[in-house]
Amino acid sequence: MKPTGPLLVATGLRKTYGPTPALDGADFSIRPGEVVAVMGPSGSGKSTLLHCLAGIVTPDAGTIVYDGRELSAMSDSRRSALRRGEFGFVFQFGQLVPELTCLENVALPLRLNGTGRRAAERAALARLEQLEVDDVRNKRPGEISGGQGQRVAVARALATEPRVVFADEPTGALDSLNGERVMHLLTEASRSTGAAVVLVTHEARVAAYSDREVVVRDGRSRDLERVA
Amino acid sequence: MTPARTNARSWARDLTLGARLAVTGGRESWVRLLLTGVGVGLGVALLLLTTAIPNALSARDDRERARGDLGYTQATETHGDAATRALLIAEISTTYRDHDIRGRLLRSDGPRPPLPPGVSDFPAPGEMVVSPSLKGLLESDEGELLRDRLPYRISGTVGDAGLTSPNELAYYAGSDEIEAGQNGVQRITAFHPYGPYHGDGLDPVLLLLVVVVVVALLTPVGVFVATAVRFGGERRDRRLAALRLVGADRSMTRRIAAGEALVGAVLGLFAGALFFAWGRTLAGRVEVYGQSIFPHDLDPSWTLAALVALAVPAASVAVTLMALRGVVVEPLGVVRSTRPTRRRLWWRLLLPLGGLALLYPMVGQGHDNGEFNEELVIGGTVLLLVGVTALLPWIVEAVVTRLGSGGVSWQLAVRRLQLNSGTAARMVNGVAVAVASAIALQMLFTGVEGDYTVESDSDLTRAQVQIYVRQGVSVDQVDRQVARSEGVRRATVVSVSSLGGRRGNSEDVVDLTIGGCSALREVARLPSCSDGDVFVVHGAENYADTPRIARPGRMFYADPGYGEDDSAAVPWRLPLTAKKAGPRPDPTGWENGGILATPSALPREVVADARAQAWVQLDTSVPDAVDLVRNSAARLDPLTTTITLTESTEVEEFASIRTGLFVGAACVLALIGASLLVTQLEQLRERRKLLSTLVAFGTRRRTLGLSVLWQTAVPVALGLLLASAVGLVLGGVLLRMVAVPVTVDWSGVLTMTAVGAGVVLAVTALSIPPLLRMTRPDGLRTE
Amino acid sequence: MSISHTLLGLLESGPRHGYDLKRSFDQRFGHDRPLHYGQVYSTMSRLLKNGLVEVEAIEPGGGPERKRYAITDAGVSDVQQWLATPEKPDQYLHSTLYTKVVLALLTGRDASDVLDTQRAEHLSAMRVLTRRKQQGDLADQLICDHALFHLEADLRWLELTAARLDRLATEVRR
Repeated sequence: MKPTGPLLVATGLRKTYGPTPALDGADFSIRPGEVVAVMGPSGSGKSTLLHCLAGIVTPDAGTIVYDGRELSAMSDSRRSALRRGEFGFVFQFGQLVPELTCLENVALPLRLNGTGRRAAERAALARLEQLEVDDVRNKRPGEISGGQGQRVAVARALATEPRVVFADEPTGALDSLNGERVMHLLTEASRSTGAAVVLVTHEARVAAYSDREVVVRDGRSRDLERVA
Repeated sequence: MTPARTNARSWARDLTLGARLAVTGGRESWVRLLLTGVGVGLGVALLLLTTAIPNALSARDDRERARGDLGYTQATETHGDAATRALLIAEISTTYRDHDIRGRLLRSDGPRPPLPPGVSDFPAPGEMVVSPSLKGLLESDEGELLRDRLPYRISGTVGDAGLTSPNELAYYAGSDEIEAGQNGVQRITAFHPYGPYHGDGLDPVLLLLVVVVVVALLTPVGVFVATAVRFGGERRDRRLAALRLVGADRSMTRRIAAGEALVGAVLGLFAGALFFAWGRTLAGRVEVYGQSIFPHDLDPSWTLAALVALAVPAASVAVTLMALRGVVVEPLGVVRSTRPTRRRLWWRLLLPLGGLALLYPMVGQGHDNGEFNEELVIGGTVLLLVGVTALLPWIVEAVVTRLGSGGVSWQLAVRRLQLNSGTAARMVNGVAVAVASAIALQMLFTGVEGDYTVESDSDLTRAQVQIYVRQGVSVDQVDRQVARSEGVRRATVVSVSSLGGRRGNSEDVVDLTIGGCSALREVARLPSCSDGDVFVVHGAENYADTPRIARPGRMFYADPGYGEDDSAAVPWRLPLTAKKAGPRPDPTGWENGGILATPSALPREVVADARAQAWVQLDTSVPDAVDLVRNSAARLDPLTTTITLTESTEVEEFASIRTGLFVGAACVLALIGASLLVTQLEQLRERRKLLSTLVAFGTRRRTLGLSVLWQTAVPVALGLLLASAVGLVLGGVLLRMVAVPVTVDWSGVLTMTAVGAGVVLAVTALSIPPLLRMTRPDGLRTE
Repeated sequence: MSISHTLLGLLESGPRHGYDLKRSFDQRFGHDRPLHYGQVYSTMSRLLKNGLVEVEAIEPGGGPERKRYAITDAGVSDVQQWLATPEKPDQYLHSTLYTKVVLALLTGRDASDVLDTQRAEHLSAMRVLTRRKQQGDLADQLICDHALFHLEADLRWLELTAARLDRLATEVRR
């Protein structure tokens, strides 16, 4: 990997939900194409960190700079557009629209971005093939297995060829075999498109697919590279 | 313990458990329970009202008949027992602002005159007994002007027995001036002179209206109730699944669900009783049918009320069990029975067609005084309206599966509808039925109203009030007292009599109108006029024979009399100099014919015997001008008739029924809207996680909002279309039944569909803030 | 497990007699295998020779010689280096790691650094295995997975210990 400047940098993030701080001065950075695992016990604030980094949540304090632009200074619609165009998302479960077929689900982000239906579905089919789930393209999410569902979700996250994929416990609801398969395909596919991946997980074997690890504990982050 | 006892015990236990579950589900379940209660309550109240209205109407009619006094027959007895009970009575009803006041002048014509119902002491001359409402009005500031018109001392009140409604304004005044034989004075020996009345009840058309109104309001409420007990169905199913996990068997879950439904129904019964009691007290104050109803008349028949109390909970349990039929509640979750088979059309069509078949035989019976078979009317109307709920799911499914591609919001909505068109259709059913019945009613009313509205030809620019005085009151008096009264800009006074061609014979009679030149110009086109002129009107509508009878030079007799008694007849020869005049509608639109004469052309007796009348142009800058004029007229003579001219006289019952109908339909729609909102929010909450995810990957909130809108708008549009069609058909058939030409009241259709659409828009608008709240990223946090 | 580093670490909190060192060691780390006094004696003489400890005083009295050992600056930095060096991810690592954590706590160092350093070491080992697994055949995958599961178990222990550091600190310092 050629050394490049960081793509997404966060410093001193603070975010409080109710009385308890979820983030208490967390830092993070990721370079283009890098896979960074965010680990930590549950309730440590790792999901909140992901939400902040993706511009879903605005932190109470701290800065997030994506590609030279200050994220917290953007309007909601600008951030939404960023998420549509340059970010991709995989969550633990319940993220596919149950009424749409798998193909339509994968095409959805492209269509939100203004791509025509036919072109979007063509691109979506290619993604499904890459994730080895093109056989379920005309089924609805309720009719396929959990592992297939997560692979469809990965295909959807990669559909717009995003520069960053945010994955929040993508294998959390899967058994280890299916989890390994999803992780394998996720990292392979994102490496092939050059996407950076922010991978939130509490499982070391999942985190082992990353290039680097950041630990979040009590709302504070530790970059293990710097400790060592 | 016998098996039966065990059974009863487990029933009781499961029902109680269900009831407890229904009330312990937090705020949301309370809202649901409240809506169910209100919905069922409205239905129950409406049912109770329906059972009570016939009683109320007949009680009212009985009292109306009991005080009947004016008729075509005069009591002529001058000797014997009957004569001791003779009474002179004259109608002096009046209008004050927009209140109608029933008034009678009484004068005893024997030692034991009969007392009107509700009156305990015969009013002495200069005194009056008044209804409580009139007393209140007279004593209030608002009644200030009226006190001038009723210059009698209040000596007592008229009891309920003498009134048709609690807010009726009525009085009986004593007089020593009226004489038998005067215009408007009758001699009677008893009130309620017609004996017991066995009439044919309500006018069949009115009866039809009442029946249809009740059915049309009740059916949407019924549909609403059927939907309401399915509120929160999915959540309940999950709850039942949890109970299955801890060991409840299938029949237990059914009983528990029944218990939950019962709570809503019982709550609804209480709410209904409350609504009814409240409505009953309101009935005394609210004017329906132009009058209010005594609360004590509004007595539901108790057997019917008991039937309602049993039927409503039973029905709600039945609906719940029906809804559970397609669902298998397993310990680990809820299994909906396999993919529903495609909906079939044929049996769905049977309902509305059956309804039409029931109604059709009665087409055209309205004006033959035929009676409508109430059962058939109710059955047919209900079948047609319920047919909407049967057809709608099929139509929604058929249309939605054919809907093509569009934007993302459209795609999201259409796919959701395709997967679950039944829920969507159920949500809209209530609105559709309500709109269909409202359209039908609207049509029926507009159609029938045409029948009951009297178009008048009055030219309101020339006069707004017309006054008739009793014979014997002179034109001069009218001129002095009325024409110069406050509030009058201009008054045209004429007097009217008739001339006969022969003494003692009523053949060859022509009308005679007497007045000054300017007054006569108001009733005919005169070539020229000066005092002493006489005119014959040629060409007036309805006076084709005037030219034949009124030949100049012919001898006439004023007030020719009938039979032998010809002493009053005054002879007069129509002068040869009589000029021809052209017709001109008078301010009331009537073209006068006959002979017109200035007073000096006639013998004094003829002028004195003619009855004066005046057309008054009001000075609208004076407040209460009409009532000032009415006061002046009453001061002139209590028996003076004052008529306010209007462009058209709408029969008042219809105006109030229409308002009531509109309010009722709006209430039903609002209720349905509230339930739509609850269902909508429930669905949104279930999709909270998904919505948050969609927002996370950059879906615009506008897209989500639009998809919610489409998702409601598509079934609602279909529902309104179907509702309009069914409503128009039903309205058309009903109009044909009362033999009124079928005209479509498009503005009514538009109004009702617009109201329906407005409800949906409001529901969508109201669900947007929660939608936005739910799509906040908090939804992504794991619970 | 390095007895010499452990004893050195124990000395960091203050000079002790040899017997005192043995008692402290046994109390904290010698649950299954108590230290022989001879081990202490030989270790101390080695450390003395290497200049990591010095004899502070010899107390006269009956019985064995009573020397009081104290740590030198060289000794302190030796402990520091030992703590900062991750162990090779290996089986039965926990006793060494535990010792390190407790010593870090006893000497007022940041014990979570010890854990995180180890964690990074483990994870990088796992990354290597994962990469090999992704490129290898089924046999490779199975072998790698075996190792991965063991490493993961260690990592879980590290996690858990990290989460319980506060409690451990109060117990150790009591």
